[in-house]
Amino acid sequence: MAGAPGAGGGPKDAGWGPLALPLMLPTWAVIGIFLALPVLLMAVYSFLTREFRGGVEWQFSLAAYDQFFVTRGLFGDEPPSLEWTYILIFWRSLWQAALATGLCLLIGFPTAWFIATRSPRSRTVWLFLVTIPYWVNLLIRTVSLKFLIRDNGPLNEFLMGIGLTSGPLPLVNTNLAVQLGLFYSYLPFMVLPIYAAVERYNFALSEAAADLYAGRWRILWEITLPVVRPGIVAGCLLVFIPSLGAFLAPDLLGGAKNFMIGSLIDEQFKGSQGNWPFGAAVSVILMTLVMLALLIYARAQGRGRA
Amino acid sequence: MRGVRHYPGFLALTLVCLTVLYAPLLVVTAYSFNGSTSITQWGGFSWRWYADVFTGPESARFGLAARNSLTIAVLAATAATLIATAASLAMVRGGRFRGRTASFALINLPLMVPEIVTAVASLIFFTMVGLRTGYGTILIAHITFCIPFAYLPISARLEGIEPFFEEAARDLYASRFRAFTQVLLPLMAPGVISGWLLAFIISLDDFIITNFVKGAGMETLPTAIFGSVKQGIKPNIMAISTLMLAASAAVVTLSWLINRRGQRSP
Repeated sequence: MAGAPGAGGGPKDAGWGPLALPLMLPTWAVIGIFLALPVLLMAVYSFLTREFRGGVEWQFSLAAYDQFFVTRGLFGDEPPSLEWTYILIFWRSLWQAALATGLCLLIGFPTAWFIATRSPRSRTVWLFLVTIPYWVNLLIRTVSLKFLIRDNGPLNEFLMGIGLTSGPLPLVNTNLAVQLGLFYSYLPFMVLPIYAAVERYNFALSEAAADLYAGRWRILWEITLPVVRPGIVAGCLLVFIPSLGAFLAPDLLGGAKNFMIGSLIDEQFKGSQGNWPFGAAVSVILMTLVMLALLIYARAQGRGRA
Repeated sequence: MRGVRHYPGFLALTLVCLTVLYAPLLVVTAYSFNGSTSITQWGGFSWRWYADVFTGPESARFGLAARNSLTIAVLAATAATLIATAASLAMVRGGRFRGRTASFALINLPLMVPEIVTAVASLIFFTMVGLRTGYGTILIAHITFCIPFAYLPISARLEGIEPFFEEAARDLYASRFRAFTQVLLPLMAPGVISGWLLAFIISLDDFIITNFVKGAGMETLPTAIFGSVKQGIKPNIMAISTLMLAASAAVVTLSWLINRRGQRSP
């Protein structure tokens, strides 16, 4: 008898149990060798000595982390104190990623809600409209945004045309442009998980609250939001994590002054000016922050279920 | 009672959302048909920049980059789909085997590591093992990060297929192989095709990781566009962008239609 129900695991086991390990083998091999192992090697790399032609010497050194956290003055003869340059880049990136997440939530939640409360037919059309930009090349989207908001671009012409501004707004190469770019890049990432959560939400709960004379905003805040929270948290994470390590938006829209973590890492691997161990160390610190965010997420999800 | 579903202003914010998402794309599409050499002045409707893409001075460079992008995307999507299909069978049908939780984490690892970190780690790894960066290293990196994207629709589809189809085939003395190829695989097909299409788009889309592992002289379409945009946005870039936009929209529509047809059958 093939695959007696219940034998060897879950109810859906149709005799695949013994094959599970060989079937997983390619995934383990590819992701294990070409991603997990490289990430570990990168952590090792961050503790090696820099070689000046862009590379590394196999000698243990804390120089990379020292460069990140400690300064000894311009000539290296002052007593060590905390180096602020890189911490400030991280702080600015965190702040911009958080702001982008907030903005996406502000626009994304009502959008997801609106779509999820349409009739099933029009729902698919709205959803389809939001999904398309999600799959369009991010580089092309960022370039398009730059084209739209540049000094003598269509947006400024439009604003001057309707008399809102007298001269062109200098948007490109500002923090505001980077902010707008992050918001624009990752907005669909916020809408889709919230949509999935609202779609599953049982509106009888809201109706019960309405019958007991709760106001509509109070229902949203006290009844609905706690139920759809996992979707909101997932959306926030999907916006926050790529925003934190974003490279294209700050690089194309931001100019030299609006440095974020992504550009800082990128610069360490370009040409002979680069510093590979330092770039690896910055990546390790970024990775640690992301893992912390995921940990907080996992704990929040766990609490939501309890 | 419909009142609890409707909130004032939500429609307006939805329209804001769609405007933000589409305005830049529509503007670039419109300007790609601009007859003028200047990107600011409107010189009447024209196909000249599309002709320029295929025959102009930069057409050889972009043509080669497009060929690299397409072949890498096809190969990476195919490899990732094969790997992800095997993984889905193990995860969905394999019961509670040892290392299941760890396997799940591993499949999703490419989604959790920030792209720039994956890029740095891959470059360090390839340098350390002495692989020359180029077409091969791009392909390896793309296969790796495409796996979870192929896995999602395939495993979702497989979860919706009850095991009694295969069980019936096995009870009628079909070999395990035949039960798989003639019963389960056709049922899984919509998920497998969607998975392949998603992996294909994700591979075509990638810039950061490719830029790190491509080596000197090797270009894919995004890295070629990036290099060109650094000197300013030229009209031929807008034509290329519009073509890529149309290609993405076509692939997404295709994937959506296949999925919808798949949902109607079991």
